[in-house]
Order: sequence, then structure tokens, then C-alpha cells
Amino acid sequence: MSPPVAPPGWSRWLVPPAALSVHLSIGQAYAWSVFKPPLESALGLSGTQSALPFQLGIVMLGLSAAFGGTLVERHGPRWAMTVALVCFSSGFLLSALGAAVEQYWLIVLGYGFVGGIGLGIGYISPVSTLIKWFPDRPGMATGIAIMGFGGGALIASPWSAQMLKSFGTDNSGIALAFLVHGLTYAVFMLLGVLLVRVPRPKERTDGRPAPLEGVQVSARSALRTPQFWLLWLVLCMNVTAGIGILEKAAPMITDFFADTSTPVSATAAAGFVALLSAANMAGRIGWSSTSDLIGRKNIYRVYLGVGALMYTLIALFGDSSKPLFVLCALVVLSFYGGGFATAPAYLKDLFGTYQVGAIHGRLLTAWSLAGVLGPLIVNWIADHQEEAGRHGSALYGTSFLIMIGLLVVGFVANELVRPVHARYHEPATTGPATTDPAPKEGNDVTRQQPESA
Amino acid sequence: MSPDSSQSPPEAAEVPDRRPLIAFTWLWVGAPLAYGLYELVRKATQLFTG
Repeated sequence: MSPPVAPPGWSRWLVPPAALSVHLSIGQAYAWSVFKPPLESALGLSGTQSALPFQLGIVMLGLSAAFGGTLVERHGPRWAMTVALVCFSSGFLLSALGAAVEQYWLIVLGYGFVGGIGLGIGYISPVSTLIKWFPDRPGMATGIAIMGFGGGALIASPWSAQMLKSFGTDNSGIALAFLVHGLTYAVFMLLGVLLVRVPRPKERTDGRPAPLEGVQVSARSALRTPQFWLLWLVLCMNVTAGIGILEKAAPMITDFFADTSTPVSATAAAGFVALLSAANMAGRIGWSSTSDLIGRKNIYRVYLGVGALMYTLIALFGDSSKPLFVLCALVVLSFYGGGFATAPAYLKDLFGTYQVGAIHGRLLTAWSLAGVLGPLIVNWIADHQEEAGRHGSALYGTSFLIMIGLLVVGFVANELVRPVHARYHEPATTGPATTDPAPKEGNDVTRQQPESA
Repeated sequence: MSPDSSQSPPEAAEVPDRRPLIAFTWLWVGAPLAYGLYELVRKATQLFTG
């Protein structure tokens, strides 16, 4: 399948909805917890067992994004979105079969393995295309798509819960819910497959495609640069710090104010978790768009530097003021989302658009590690503090100190990022350039380069 | 939202109007997102009322 080239007059504002149709669908992964209690009671599973499809799905997301990125670059966004649609939907259909015949391994294989490939390929599928369509606002463009991944859970969580309520929570009800999910997401994602287009290549006077402008680095070469690994470290530290709060948000706010005159109820704690999700989503589009104005390096200085400051405030004064605690946590979570959404634009500034999707796929392995590291730190320390007889905010003090340290490490790594050495650059003949969809604003990109790279 | 596109000037005259398609596609993704946000706001208010 060759990349679909935009016909004359194709608007670039048709590309973000294409990206969103995929990201809003695959973002369902974060609403897996809705299926856990019904699966546990219908199939007699433990909590650990019912989490397996989600965990395998996230592992497959990282692996398929890392190893499938080059294929995505080669075959284009329509191929990638088709693969994502087929894998993600058939994952649900296999799970429906598994629930119907009470074979749990089919649900793990379907949702976790097959669906997980759809998650990884779907996540990176629109990134490169969006950056090419919006060279003047790459942060905003990728922010819209990656915000969709956060938004997917917001949609799926109440929708799936409502469906289980209607169909029942026995195995046939779950099977029917999986079936409806698979078919609905297939139709919803089809919009992206049909709609996505790459910009038309620029032509030289002799009619051949013009080479890409500016610095271009292949995915293979990017892995050999210190810039890639510094950015990998930056993302890993930022995500770990965000997950540190996200993982234990509800028990954390309850523990912090347990011994005060205004304890937090379970209902209020659920509201706090929902607010954090909103901050996570808003950060993806808000901070990533801001990075187009102030530069990628500066925005990561904010994520990491101000993030460390927010953690310090929570650690020092969090238990004395509920508004302060909530505000600081919201800011940290907005930086967590912003860190994800700004990464593709940072990569574009450093390595060009040549294989930015593939490089982004490899960078996402930092997310996989952080996904393990963040919860591990917070849970392990809280458990040990509890065993030592501590309670309330004292359970989290050490975790917060570690998070501050990690953010400082990330801050230093960001400071060390410099433009990529010329020996890693691709020759000027590499890849076709695309027609600039926003020539009037093109200077903004040039202005970004020295600061971001 | 600027109608930025990839057309070159001589072809611009033949360009079909994409605005209805743009509106439809944004509605396609916007409607479920609005539902998700509505449910989120309902839940988030529990922090202040619960």
C-alpha cells in the first residue's frame, strides 16, 4: 500500500480528525479496569489474572511501536491505520469468543497480544504525517492526536460500564460487550483510514521529487546519537514522576487528609482522579501547543523544573492545604501529558521529518520502563512505610523525594541536548520534501531549531 | 481554523469545497469526546460535593 497523497485542495484540517479517530479508539486501553470485576466474577479470576490482557497490551504497545516504526514510515499512515484497525478490532472479537466459550487465554491473546499490536502501530501511525502537514505547529498537531489517547479512556469508561449494565456481567454479557466494542471501533477508526493523506511531494524543476530540507537523521542513526538517549531519559523521568501520582491518586489524597478536620471521602477521591485525567488531557494539547511558541527545550525545562517544585510543595505543605495539594497534583499531571505530546515535535526538531515516526516508536520504550518504575517506587515505599507504623502523608515523603531527584536528572539531561552532529545526517538526496501547507508561518520552524535542538 | 491546503495557484480554481467534510469529520470525533468530557465533569464535581 503506497502512502495516500493529498489531491489538490486537500485541507490539512482533515488530518487531525483522522488521527483522533484512531487515538480516541486505542485510548480505550486505559479503561480496561471496567471489565476487570465482571471478568473476575464470571470466569473466577484473581485481580492479577484479570489485569493480564491490559499489561500484555501495554507491553505489545511498546514493542510494536519500537519495532514497527520503520514499517510505518515505509508504508505510510493509511497502511498503519489499517493494521491498527484490524488488530485492535480483531482483538476485541477474539476476546468476545473467549468470553463466550469461557476460555480466558483467548481474551489475553486477543485483547493483549493482537490488540496490543494495534495500540502500538495506531499510536505512532499519524505522528509523522501530522508533523509534515503542520511544519509551523508540530507541537499543536501531535498534541491533538496524543490528547485523543487520553480522551479515549474518558469515552470508553462510562460507555463500557453502561454496556455491561445493559448486557449483564455474566460471560455472555461480557462477550456481547466485547463484540460491540470491536465492531464500533472498526467503524470509528475507518474514518481515519479513509481520510488520512500525506502532503504532495515538492518537485524539482526536472520533475523529480525534491529532497527534504534541513537536518534529516534516519531511525538507525538516531539510536547512535546521545540526543536520542538524553531525550529517552527526559521522557522516562517525566513519565515516572507523573505516574507516581496517577498510580495512587485516590489513596494518596485520602491518606494526606486522613488526620485533618476535612478528611476526603471515597467519592471525593474519585472526583480527584477524574480531575487528574482532565489535567492530563489538557496538558497534552495545551503545553504541546505552547512548545510551538517557546521552543521544545524550554517547555521541558518547565515540565521538569516546575514539576520538581510542585513535588516539593506537596511534600512540604501538601497536608496543610487541600487546594494546594490538588493544584500541585494537577500541574504535575498536566506536565505528564505534555511530556508525551511534545516528544514527537522535539524529535522532529532534532532529527527532521525523514523517519520521525520510527524514532518516536523507539522513544516510547521509555514509557514502558516508566510504567513499571513509577508504580513500583510509590507502592513499594508506601508499603514499607506502613509496615514501619507510619501513616498519612508520611507514607509518601520518601517517594516524593525520589520523584524530585528523578525530575532533576531529567532536567540535567534536557540541558545536555545539543544539535545532532553532522556525521549522523542523511545525504541531501534523502526522501522527498512535501509542499509546505503553511508557507506564511514557515519561519516559526526555523526560529525553533536553535533553541530546541 | 485557516483553510490551509496543499493546492498550487493554477489548480485552486478547480478545488472542491472541503468545508462540509471538515465539519463532518470534526463532529465524528468531537461528539464522543464531548460525551466523555461531560461524564468526566460530572465525576470531577464529586471532589467538591462528595
